[in-house]
Amino acid sequence: MNAMIPAFDAHAVLVAPWTENLSLFGWIAAMGFAVTGACGLVGNYLMLRRMALMGDAVSHSVLPGLVAAFLVTSSRGTLPMFAGALAAGGFTTIAIESIHKLTRVKQDAAIGITFSTLFAIGVVMTSLYAGQVDLDADCVLYGEIAFVPLEPMINLGGLVLGPVPFVRMAAVLLMVGLLIAAFYKELLVSAFDPGLARSLGTNPTLMHYGLMAALSVVVVSAFESVGAILVVAMLILPGATASLLSTRLSRVHLLSLVHAAISSWLGVTLGVWLDCSIAAAMVVAGALLFALIWIVSPNEGLVARWRRRRTPALPSAMSSNSSPVSELK
Amino acid sequence: MSRTASRALLILLVAAATSPVEAAGVREFVSSDWSTQIVRFLTLQDASVRFALIGSVLLGLSCGLLGSFIVVRKMALMGDALSHAVLPGVAIGFLWNMTKDPLAILIGATIAGLLGTFLVSAISRTTRLKEDAALGLVLATFFAIGICLVTMIQRLPTGNKSGLDKFLFGQAAALSAEDITLMALVTTIAVVMVVAFYKELLASSFDPGFSRSIGLPTRWIHHGLMLLLTASVVIALQAVGVVLVSAMLITPASAAYLLTDRLHRLVVMAAAFGVGAGMAGAFLSFVGPSLPTGPLMVIGASALFSAAFLFGPRHGVVARWMLRRRGAARTQRENTLKSMFHVMEATQFRTEGVTLHDLAIRRRETIDDAQRLGRDLVRHGLATLSGDALYFTPPGRKRAGEIVRNHRLWELYLTQSANIAADHVHEDAEKIEHILGESVVRDLERRLGYATFDPHGRAIPSARAIHGGDARREGGNGTGK
Repeated sequence: MNAMIPAFDAHAVLVAPWTENLSLFGWIAAMGFAVTGACGLVGNYLMLRRMALMGDAVSHSVLPGLVAAFLVTSSRGTLPMFAGALAAGGFTTIAIESIHKLTRVKQDAAIGITFSTLFAIGVVMTSLYAGQVDLDADCVLYGEIAFVPLEPMINLGGLVLGPVPFVRMAAVLLMVGLLIAAFYKELLVSAFDPGLARSLGTNPTLMHYGLMAALSVVVVSAFESVGAILVVAMLILPGATASLLSTRLSRVHLLSLVHAAISSWLGVTLGVWLDCSIAAAMVVAGALLFALIWIVSPNEGLVARWRRRRTPALPSAMSSNSSPVSELK
Repeated sequence: MSRTASRALLILLVAAATSPVEAAGVREFVSSDWSTQIVRFLTLQDASVRFALIGSVLLGLSCGLLGSFIVVRKMALMGDALSHAVLPGVAIGFLWNMTKDPLAILIGATIAGLLGTFLVSAISRTTRLKEDAALGLVLATFFAIGICLVTMIQRLPTGNKSGLDKFLFGQAAALSAEDITLMALVTTIAVVMVVAFYKELLASSFDPGFSRSIGLPTRWIHHGLMLLLTASVVIALQAVGVVLVSAMLITPASAAYLLTDRLHRLVVMAAAFGVGAGMAGAFLSFVGPSLPTGPLMVIGASALFSAAFLFGPRHGVVARWMLRRRGAARTQRENTLKSMFHVMEATQFRTEGVTLHDLAIRRRETIDDAQRLGRDLVRHGLATLSGDALYFTPPGRKRAGEIVRNHRLWELYLTQSANIAADHVHEDAEKIEHILGESVVRDLERRLGYATFDPHGRAIPSARAIHGGDARREGGNGTGK
C-alpha cells in the first residue's frame, strides 16, 4: 500500500512542473483554470436557483448527443459537438420538466431517471461503435486533461494562443464572462426574485433555457478534459466555496475564479506528486479548499459557528435557516 | 408479499451455494453468433451465466426494494450521491490486501457511503448551501478521490489486472461465487429488515411528525435505511457499476410509484421491476459480449418506466389525457343539459321539450352544433330526441337540476360569504358547478339557510324538485316572481 504513494520530491513536484516542464503542465493548469472558471461561473447561478443537480443531469446526458453528432457527421469538429450537446441538453431539460409536471414523480427522481437513461444509452452507443467513436468509456467518466497539450497549437499572426482545446475553453470562459457582464442585473434579479424579474420585463422561461444552453455549452467543452462526473464538482465547488465567504454575487463570481485558479494549480501539483488523474486531483484540491473555508470562514465557518454558540448573547441566525437534510421529508 | 419473496430468496441462496464454482469468473466467451449465445444463456450451461443471472436477480430485488423507500421519502438523489461516494471505499477495500476481496470492499465502501451521506447532511445543516448543492459537491468530490485512487492502483504492477475498472460500468459476467454469496446475504438481510420494520418504515416515510410523536426513532430508522441502502449499492456495484447504480434504485421504484398507491404493492412491484430489468441487462450483455451490463440494465428499467409513464392506468400520461377528455366531454354534456333547463325555465316550464332551434339560440350556436350536442345527450341516456325537439329523460332532468342548483348556490355563497359582487360570480360558478358533490351541496344549503333564490333573483331548484323530477313546479314558481 505504501508503494502507491510516491515519495515527496520537492523539486519534481513543486518546481519542475513550472520550470522545465512548463510547456506541458502550464497548459494543463491553464486548461484546468478555464474549465473550472467557466463551470464555476455558470454553477453560481445553478446553485442560486437550486438547480445544482441539473448540472449533474446535463453533464451525463450530453454523452448520447456527442456520440450521435459524431456518428452523423463523422467529425469531431466543434460545431457538430456543440449542436449535439445542445440538443441533448435541451431534451434533458424538457424530459425532466415533463416527467415531473405530467406525473406525480418528484423532480429529483425525474432528474435521476432522465440522466441515467440518457447516459446509459450513450455508454451503449460508445461500446457498440467503439471502433468509430474516439471516446473510451473511462474517458467519458473522468476525462483526460493531460492530453490537452498534445494538440497542435493555434497561431494567430505569430502569437501563440495555445492548444486547440485550451483556446476553445478559454473562448467559452470569455463568452460566459461577457454574458454575465451583459445580463448581470437580469440574472441577479431572476435568481433571487422571479416575480420581480417578471414584473420588470425579464422572461423567466427564456432565462431558464438560456442558462441551460450556457450549461450545455460549458459542459460539452469541458467534457473531453474532465468527463461527465468531475464536471459536476467544477460546477459546484467554486461557487460553494465562494458563497461561504461572501454574500454579494459579484464578489462570489470573483472568488470562484480565484478558487478555480488555486485549485487548478494545486491539482497539477497533487496529480504530479501522486501520479494520478490530474482532473480528479484538481477536484480533490478544490474540495480541500472548500473544506478549509468551511472550517475557517469568518461568518459561516464551523469555528465561527462554534464560537458563536459559546457566546449566548449572539443567537446564531445561521443554524435555523437550512433544514437538516437527513430529516425524512 | 415478502413471505413469498423471502422464500424465493432462500431458493436462490441454495442455488447459489450449490452452483459449481470451478468456472467462476470465466469471461473468455468463445466468440460466436448471437443465436448460439441466446441458447447458451437460456440453457444456463455456463456457470458465469448462472452467476450473472442470479446476481442480477439479487441486485434487482434489493435495489428495487430499498429504492421504493428513497423514492417515497423524496431522497432519490441521495441514492445517486451514495453510489458515487462509495468509489473511494471500493479502492481502499481493494488496497486492504491488494485483491478483490468482496468483504473488504463491502466494508470499505459502506464506510465511504455513510461518510458521504453524513457529509451531505453536515454541509447543508451548517452552511448556507442548499441540499442539492451539498449532494452534488459530495458526490463529485468522493468520485474524484475514488478516481485518484483507482488511477494510482492501476499504475501499480499488480493493479493493472485489478478489475477495478469493472466497478465503473459493471460486468455481471465477472461475478464470482463469493460475490454471489455476499449479494445473497445482503439481499436476505434487506428483505428481513424491511419485513420486520415495515410498519415503522411506512409511518416514518409518509408522516415523520406523527411517527416522532408516537415515539418511533425516526433518526435511527433513517440511518438504518441508509446503511441497508449503502450495502445494496455496494453489492450492485460489480454488476451495474458506480455510475448507474442509482438508476437501479430510482427507476424501478418510480415506475411502480406510477402504478399503485399502496406502499406494500409499490415495494413488491419495484422489486419485481428491478429483477426484470436486471435479468434483461444480463441477457443483453451476454448476447453482445462487448457491452457493459450496467447501462443495459438501466435501459431495461427505463423502458419499464416509460411504459408506466405512458400507459399507467391512473397516473399514466395516456390515461390522464383520456380522463381529461372524458371530463371535458362530460362538462360539455352538462352544459347542454343546463341550456335545456334554461330554455324551459324561460317558458316557465310550460313546454315539455326543447327544440333544437331554441337550444341553438340559447347557446348562440348553429343548429348543427345543437343537433350534435343533442345526439351526444341521447347517446348517454340523458335526453330523447323526437322530431326536432329534445326531451329530458329522468336522469337527464335530475342532472340538469343539480347543475343549475350548484351554479346558483355557489353564486349565492360567493356573494354572501365571500362578499364578491353579484356580477363577478358567474365565471367561477361555471367551473365549480360540475365538481360540487352532494355532501358539499348539503353543507352549502345549510350555511345559506336553505335559500331559494340566487343573487340574480332566479330560483334555486330544491332537492325535492330535483329528486322528485318535478322541476316544473318549483322552478316555475321561482321565475314567476
